[in-house]
Amino acid sequence: MNSVWTIARKELSDSLRNRWLLAIAIVFAVLAAGIAWFGAAASGQVGYASTPATIASLASLGIFLIPLIALLLAYDAIVGEDEGGTLLLLMTYPLSRGQLLFGKFLGHGLTLAFATILGFGVAGIAIAVLVEDVGITDLALAMLRFIGSTILLGWSFIALAYVVSVRASEKPVAAGLALAIWFFFVLVFDLLLLGSLVASEGKLNPELLPWLLMLNPTDIYRLLNILAFGEGRQLSGVLSLGSDLPIGQGGLWLALLLWCVLPLTAAWALFRNRRI
Amino acid sequence: MSCFRLENVSYRYHKAPVLQGVDLRLEPGEILGLFGHNGAGKTTTIKLILGLMQPVGGFLSVLDGSAGDPQVTRHIGYLPENVMFYPQLTGREILAHFARLKGADLRQVPELLTQVGLDDAMDGRVKTYSKGMRQRLGLAQALLGKPKLLMLDEPTVGLDPVATADLYRLLRTLRDSGTGIVLCSHVLPGVEPYIDRAAILTDGALKASGNLEALRRQANMPVTLMLEPTGSLDSLENAIRQCNGVTRPVMKNINNRLQVDVRPADKMPLLTALMASGEVADVGIHQPTLEDIYVHFIGSGGLAHRGEVQ
Repeated sequence: MNSVWTIARKELSDSLRNRWLLAIAIVFAVLAAGIAWFGAAASGQVGYASTPATIASLASLGIFLIPLIALLLAYDAIVGEDEGGTLLLLMTYPLSRGQLLFGKFLGHGLTLAFATILGFGVAGIAIAVLVEDVGITDLALAMLRFIGSTILLGWSFIALAYVVSVRASEKPVAAGLALAIWFFFVLVFDLLLLGSLVASEGKLNPELLPWLLMLNPTDIYRLLNILAFGEGRQLSGVLSLGSDLPIGQGGLWLALLLWCVLPLTAAWALFRNRRI
Repeated sequence: MSCFRLENVSYRYHKAPVLQGVDLRLEPGEILGLFGHNGAGKTTTIKLILGLMQPVGGFLSVLDGSAGDPQVTRHIGYLPENVMFYPQLTGREILAHFARLKGADLRQVPELLTQVGLDDAMDGRVKTYSKGMRQRLGLAQALLGKPKLLMLDEPTVGLDPVATADLYRLLRTLRDSGTGIVLCSHVLPGVEPYIDRAAILTDGALKASGNLEALRRQANMPVTLMLEPTGSLDSLENAIRQCNGVTRPVMKNINNRLQVDVRPADKMPLLTALMASGEVADVGIHQPTLEDIYVHFIGSGGLAHRGEVQ
């Protein structure tokens, strides 16, 4: 456990040193504040619209940004050490490959978690203070849910980045594959799902369809933040399938958690076979 | 307790044999020189001892435990060839990081940095370090936690002559306090005075191992005598030819001195006979050096091996 923390501590102090943590927090804060104030601009007015609308907009933007940041943060975790020549040295220390990987995950995970809490937390407090007659309890609950799910979404993409990082032999390859992962889950997946729905002409089992959304962590994330307000009308596109899911909030949280655990386990298994 | 024991160890990579039937051991308080051409299997041998890879055959024990066991690796110090560190951290930060990983006392960090001569540079970032400074930091890293087994791959690369001499003095001190040391180097004349034993690998097999005397005997290479005649060279040559029981040696005239290559067994009989003849004014004796022995065992096809990937 000690060596896991030593690795995590180095990652964390690295992201403080190169100001990654601060930069991510600022991006999140600006994003949240901007959406809160200008979210209603489409309807011809400037100002705070409503908590559900703000969270829904934040989640829609979050699915682009958060996976990208997580992948950027973590894609070179292992392959970077290998190219830098330090992986060989680390492995001659009393440190197993699992400990190294989990230490990295802890460090990157905490970096992302702190940045999220800091960025969106500040924005949430600003909304609570500056906007008149906003339901504080509703806002706090929605913000907590949003921050929690954002952290989990980030962690799942950190874990996915590790799967790439333990396999790739060079950093540019890992970066390319990480971008491909982003492209697939954020842009392509929903189109594929929609396309296959249309092409199948209703021959697919309607019971099965909503479950397909569970194959994409960004869809789970959006469902979590939108369904919680009990407003199915906010769901558009393939997400409308989600209102038929029989698993509820707890199930969605569990699904998102599995998206952290499974890729991380896969990365660990692959790392054990990497030749050093 | 042995530092390590390899018995009939083999390793294959993609079915191509990298090591075949290697027997090698190291006792505490001993410096072993591990030599071989590029791709001979030196790095593989070290990686097996470090537990980075598992042998496909044979028996391997390290510090009376199994290779790669955290309780064993805690007591091993390793300096890889071309050691690299995190460029954005300072020397002190890096050494502290590795000390924590090894469970070593953090008070060792400034001590070791001073010992390797980095006391002025310990708070500078590693990206500003020269090759020699990185090498010193690597050395400090290997010495963390007072290792019982120290393995150094090309430790003198980038070091100036003074630093090199310091390093070898340090290694002697460590050896005398009971550390087992493995030294891989291509600078054979440099390491020759400091090693207790040498092991020579070619193509994944151990060609020879033992102390220099044993290796010289095994190689049976001629000893070179430089003889300065009292009278003329011809009479000296005649005296040598008349020696009984000595295989006729190769002789060469160099600046009015006679260079004679003689088999080790013939050296003393020849010298005794020559002393009695009174033809010799001065004698110089050149034993085969480590480099000569190395070339003898590796064979003259040395260059052909150089291009192989490890």
